[in-house]
Amino acid sequence: MREILELLERDAHLSHDTIATMTGLPVEQVAAQVAEWQASGVIRRYTAVIDWDRAAAAAGPDSIPETVTAFIDVAVAPARSVGFDDVAERISRFPEVRSVYLVSGGHDLRCTVTGRNIRAVSDFVSQKLSTIERVQATATHFVLKAYKRDGVAFAEPEPDHRLRVTP
Amino acid sequence: MKPLNNVITACPPSGIRRFFDIAAEMDDVISLGVGEPDFVTPWRIREAGIYALEHGYTTYTSNAGLPKLRRLICADQASRYGAHYAWDTECLITTGVSEGLDLALRVLLNPGDEVIIPEPCYVAYEPCVRFAGGVPVLVPTRWEDDFAVDAAQVADAVTPRTKAILLGSPANPTGAVQPRASLEALVALAEERDLYLVSDEIYDRLTYEGRHTCLGALPGARDRTVVLGGFSKAQAMTGWRVGWICAPEEIAQLCVRVHQYTMLCAPHVSQLAAVEALEHADDDVAAMVADYDRRRRVFVKGLRELGLDCPEPSGAFYAFPSIRRSGLDSETFAERLLHEHQVAVVPGNVFGPSGEGHVRCSYATALPLLEEALERMGRFLASVS
Repeated sequence: MREILELLERDAHLSHDTIATMTGLPVEQVAAQVAEWQASGVIRRYTAVIDWDRAAAAAGPDSIPETVTAFIDVAVAPARSVGFDDVAERISRFPEVRSVYLVSGGHDLRCTVTGRNIRAVSDFVSQKLSTIERVQATATHFVLKAYKRDGVAFAEPEPDHRLRVTP
Repeated sequence: MKPLNNVITACPPSGIRRFFDIAAEMDDVISLGVGEPDFVTPWRIREAGIYALEHGYTTYTSNAGLPKLRRLICADQASRYGAHYAWDTECLITTGVSEGLDLALRVLLNPGDEVIIPEPCYVAYEPCVRFAGGVPVLVPTRWEDDFAVDAAQVADAVTPRTKAILLGSPANPTGAVQPRASLEALVALAEERDLYLVSDEIYDRLTYEGRHTCLGALPGARDRTVVLGGFSKAQAMTGWRVGWICAPEEIAQLCVRVHQYTMLCAPHVSQLAAVEALEHADDDVAAMVADYDRRRRVFVKGLRELGLDCPEPSGAFYAFPSIRRSGLDSETFAERLLHEHQVAVVPGNVFGPSGEGHVRCSYATALPLLEEALERMGRFLASVS
């Protein structure tokens, strides 16, 4: 079962037929399992990993406007019985927040936020995030360049150096 | 000018070479003709090689190879297959299995000694036997039997000059894995007729159905068996040229003797990369093997849906379908498929007479390319039938 999830995580385009052939399972079983995962929320959604820098370079800044991403570390005063959960969930509701993790280290939460420009992200941090009750401090790290995301390296793939026909 | 060496001048160039020359000239070719992984060496292994270069490991090693690597290889063979060799006297590091094969045959053979080789088989077996002064004796295997070696047929080929049996399992080009019973029967025959066994196990980790049997681990086999292994396939390290021989002490030490004069040692950087491969790359290997297995299932199913009989390839990364229903011989099939639909496969007859009527397709190729190749093969088959 884990293998099916790993295959889908790597390539959500794989058909049930192909997955069934790859894993040696009956196609009906694969389809039923995937449907169950979708219903129960194990599979949250199917997405594409997009290299936006490349997209903008290819299409021009007019058709694909630049976006800015920042990692924001948030220090939170935990509360009795809920810990950090209520604050984390509150932050999660903002659509500009892409991810929220509880982490070890100097801060408590690490969030990813995207915006149209640096100003938009800064405004979000100062007006929305910092003003949430029990948020004590934030540290914002703007992303300058993405090299790899979700297991996908954005560098040019290495060319196939093999000879066409070998023993 | 005086004539050059008789044996070498009489040896024809590999039939694969001719296909390479044709395919290399063409555009938009999907090649299923490649006998090596499409994965690049896992990064941690490459990184270990870079570290070794940076820190100046650019010297010779001992002739037999780095003690640490030999220890790791022997420990791995023992834990994985129950094959026990003393790292300091029964193991040496070679420049790939190719050198290991050459050393083993040179050490085992006197001029005129016969070596029985079940075919279809890897293209180097026959020439290497000849270069070592031996006489190859081919014994056919049949796809109807999944290319299992029939010990009775091998026994029929034994003469007073027979010195050894040479086989590879999992096999290039068939992808066949010899059943344990076949191997045991060969060992029994070897004991009865006092023969050596040379076992090319370069594809050992690429076994998809059941478990790999190391010939050297079978009862009665150890003292007469030379096991050849390496890092080219499972660890995707073909260009590093690093392999090994495990054999009883007397044979192993004579291999070291030849090796010390002809090769001196395997590349130092490659040996250090191989150490990393054995110490830390098991997860990388497992991921690649799982990937080959998935492509194997998709590709073999696709071949069968095209109406080609395809024996189940249980190992390596080759399918060896029968192309008889096309009415073409192997060479014509491969040549026309390449020219008319730009898919390169290797005609089966280059691997021995029993390979006629088959083509070797490597599925060490990205899945979308395999699917495209299947489509093109389908169009080709429709055009010839």
